[in-house]
Amino acid sequence: MNKVMSNKWMILLYMSPALLLVGVLIFIPLILSGYYGLMEWDGIGEMKFIGLENYIRGLQDGMFWTSVWHSTLLALFSTLSLILYLAVSLVLASKIKGAGLLRKIYLIPMLLSSVAIAQLWIKVYNPSNGILNWILMRVGVENPPSWLADPNIVLYAIFLPIVWQYAGFYILIYYAALKNIPETVIEAARIDGASPLQIALKIKLPLIREVILVTVVLAVVGSLKYFDLIYVMTNGGPNGASEVMASYMYKLAFSVNDFGYGSAIGFLMLIITLIATLFIRKATSSDEKLQY
Amino acid sequence: MLNRLGYILLYSFLGIVAVIQLFPLFWLFLFSLKDNREIFSGSPFALPSEFKWENYLKVWEGGIGLYFWNSIWITATAVVLTVVIASMATFALTRMKWKLSGLVLGLIMVGLMIPVHSAIIPLFSMFLQVNLIDNPLSIIITYTAYNLPITIMILLGFYYTLPREIEEAAVIDGCNIHGVFFRIILPMTMPIMSTTIIINMIYNWNEFVFVNTFISSDKYKTLTVGIQNFIGQYMTDWGAIGATLIISILPILIAFIFFSNKVVEGLASSAVKG
Repeated sequence: MNKVMSNKWMILLYMSPALLLVGVLIFIPLILSGYYGLMEWDGIGEMKFIGLENYIRGLQDGMFWTSVWHSTLLALFSTLSLILYLAVSLVLASKIKGAGLLRKIYLIPMLLSSVAIAQLWIKVYNPSNGILNWILMRVGVENPPSWLADPNIVLYAIFLPIVWQYAGFYILIYYAALKNIPETVIEAARIDGASPLQIALKIKLPLIREVILVTVVLAVVGSLKYFDLIYVMTNGGPNGASEVMASYMYKLAFSVNDFGYGSAIGFLMLIITLIATLFIRKATSSDEKLQY
Repeated sequence: MLNRLGYILLYSFLGIVAVIQLFPLFWLFLFSLKDNREIFSGSPFALPSEFKWENYLKVWEGGIGLYFWNSIWITATAVVLTVVIASMATFALTRMKWKLSGLVLGLIMVGLMIPVHSAIIPLFSMFLQVNLIDNPLSIIITYTAYNLPITIMILLGFYYTLPREIEEAAVIDGCNIHGVFFRIILPMTMPIMSTTIIINMIYNWNEFVFVNTFISSDKYKTLTVGIQNFIGQYMTDWGAIGATLIISILPILIAFIFFSNKVVEGLASSAVKG
């Protein structure tokens, strides 16, 4: 038995397709991204080694920091919207008939491509024929905003479909975690005279704290690399007002053909994402493991 | 605990959330069946005065049909590759005995946290060097590679729960390792494999940035990139744009109606570890 299941060649045979693909198409490009960042390169011609010049340029580039700021704002909004999702999940998990079906209905936007969602919301936001301004004008708003064309609003306007898209996903996770809490714990609190609100805030939320932490990481990392929807809806515009890290990097490489600088920005984005992940885990980790 | 009024409030709240989640899609469906005159002058909530199904025919024959088939075969090929390769790796990681398995698993899981866009410039230049730019193979292997970590993660839990005795019995009966995997383990993992198939299908069907970057010919474009170009041509024809979007999301919606439990299971387990 052991001979068969620990044959080195067989292990290699079964692992190698996965290792080859993950190594060549995920890890090597990530390392190369840092390396290309050291080059002056248009993507086709000769590479010229220029040391850390691209990285220094990045740190001094106002547009890069603007994009970092916008990505950070998205991460912040996404984290705040988790509160909303939690509220919905708490209601959903409180012995609601049809909770299973509702949960699936909420999930539908999450299944659609960001491109389709972006195109749909471009129409929702259309200043003259979109449904949003139609409703606003009916309720008496005289000059409804031109959403995606207004640099002061555009980032918030982009954020709304993101909240809409991911709601079902987070509600699903929270709902599953809340349903895992043993009924006896809730019952005990109830007998002690706790109100439903107290039970939710003081008992349920602390008990699913690990899950909440995971979702914060998912929301922050997801936001820092957010791309598709913004690329389609505004491509970072108007005039950089909705530029995020990924869209700025993509523009540098595939519109400006500055592959060296684009790679450096991509590598910085990787580092920022990893630091953010580690930071959240550190900041929220504690030794005490909660016991039921 | 709660009185009747409390429950009415809770249900209304949940109902409003459901309406918010569905209404934009319902509106999309409505205007996909209208013409511009009706869209621009009438109420957005009104049903079409006559159902303009010709919007669908027009965009399908105008090129969406081709993108649709590309999406189908590229998605299907990548899904099969991913699930087979991930199953093999998960088998080796969980059922075979070797010292580095923990480390290798950890490395693969790192792939879950990485922003894919950081890799896209080097990927582009790698594919350029081996002449795979504007070749569907580049997207298929990229989809496979980038979906392996999540697929392995979903498979892992199930593989750990399979009792050791199964393999022992098979080996004693004279089965070699391939027999153990293909004839015994793989069929047993059917339920979890179907979960990974549906999750992979959704990811691949919706993927945008790799196709947008690696494919330039119309004949290989998938729906996500295809509808982008396509909508450019029909800039002002809302009915056509609506029909295009509905066609692009319909297969996923139909799959969801039939396999919603699998989707829920897959998405939930994809977040367990973060």
